[in-house]
Amino acid sequence: MVTTATDARRARHIAEQVPDPELPMLTLADLGVLRGVELTGDGTVVASLTPTYSGCPAMAEMRADVAARLRAHGYPRVVIRTVLDPPWTSDWITRDGRRKLAEHGIAPPGPAPRGGPVPLVLSPVRHAVTCPRCGSAETEETSRFAATSCKALWRCRACREPFEYVKEI
Amino acid sequence: MSDDHVYLTLAEGHEDDTRWAYGTGFEDPLHGVDTAVPDGVDAAALAAVCVALADDALVSAQRLGEWVTRAPELEEEVALANIGLDLLGQARLLYSRAGQADGTARGEDAYAYFRDPADFRNVRLAELPNGDFAFSVVRLLVLASWRLAHFQELAAHPDPVLAAVAGKGVKELSYHRQYAAEWTVRLGDGTDESHRRTRRALEQVGPYLGELFTAHDVRDDVVTVLRQVTEAAGLPMPVYRPLPGSGRDGEHTGHLAPLLAELQGVARAHPEATW
Repeated sequence: MVTTATDARRARHIAEQVPDPELPMLTLADLGVLRGVELTGDGTVVASLTPTYSGCPAMAEMRADVAARLRAHGYPRVVIRTVLDPPWTSDWITRDGRRKLAEHGIAPPGPAPRGGPVPLVLSPVRHAVTCPRCGSAETEETSRFAATSCKALWRCRACREPFEYVKEI
Repeated sequence: MSDDHVYLTLAEGHEDDTRWAYGTGFEDPLHGVDTAVPDGVDAAALAAVCVALADDALVSAQRLGEWVTRAPELEEEVALANIGLDLLGQARLLYSRAGQADGTARGEDAYAYFRDPADFRNVRLAELPNGDFAFSVVRLLVLASWRLAHFQELAAHPDPVLAAVAGKGVKELSYHRQYAAEWTVRLGDGTDESHRRTRRALEQVGPYLGELFTAHDVRDDVVTVLRQVTEAAGLPMPVYRPLPGSGRDGEHTGHLAPLLAELQGVARAHPEATW
């Protein structure tokens, strides 16, 4: 089988369009978990995924979805690689991904903390989280953990609506 | 096949049906990872480290899961379950790595469901009953601080898989420690009753601290955190009182066996089943 650069781009495009199982408004490319798509000389598509959290139950679903989607579009040989290093960071969520999150009422993350020793900070930290519904900065955290590993619960003091917020990690 | 809607995608047939996070027979969590043990790494020692750290995480996750439907607030239930899920994920990766390193090619289920209490290597602090919310929070503070400090070192381990699992875990554990630290301050600096219970919890963890630092000497890091938190909470530091034996040698309290009986019961009753 002769592969071309066009063919490789097409395979990449197909994998990039697979929606995230838990944040379906985002593609795996928007979320930054799809780390690469390559087409080998024998026509095998090698797609690399990096899990968001160690316990993320959606990981197996993502692998199955990417493989199924590629097969359905004429790539019978698919290999899914899991890349653990470097670990996923919310900084990998694309600009498009951030826009889509906000449009769906989920506040996108700020910049993730850099590597090195992690300090424990007990004084209240003022995050500048903007309400995705009304745009107010008068918001507060209600729980650092929420319906999925990657999100926290917040509420807006201006419009009184609760909303989710993708945590920096 | 629809590309448009995730729920239609989910409903489409796949060649395997093991994609959901319940039961046994999961796909290997290290699926698609290069599993060679590098030259110069002692594979048996690597496997032992992975099993011990996985056992700490699995037993902790089981205790945290016991809070579901019983936590004081819905938000705390969600938080404790999320922390447990992170730890369960770490345990799965580490068991899989252990099975590759020790040459048995055992999968995660073999470690989680088909070993007896004396084969478990978790520290005893992890297996103690939940007690009240104050004890669970103080225990989490100690274990998360200890594991975080240890994982920061392991992120430079010569085995790339263990290093990657640890590097990832550092990010998760810093959230766990933050949660437990904030609650310890809130309880210690709260009512007379919450203060009294949190003080009692610190007394109760004291005898189990020595075992942690024998296993991994990150004492300075943990003591620094405990001092910072107890000072902010108006609480005394836990008193270090050594207790003979170690969970790392398979010596456990009587609390581990019932925990494992609940965890392992269904898998053992139907050892060939996947669900």
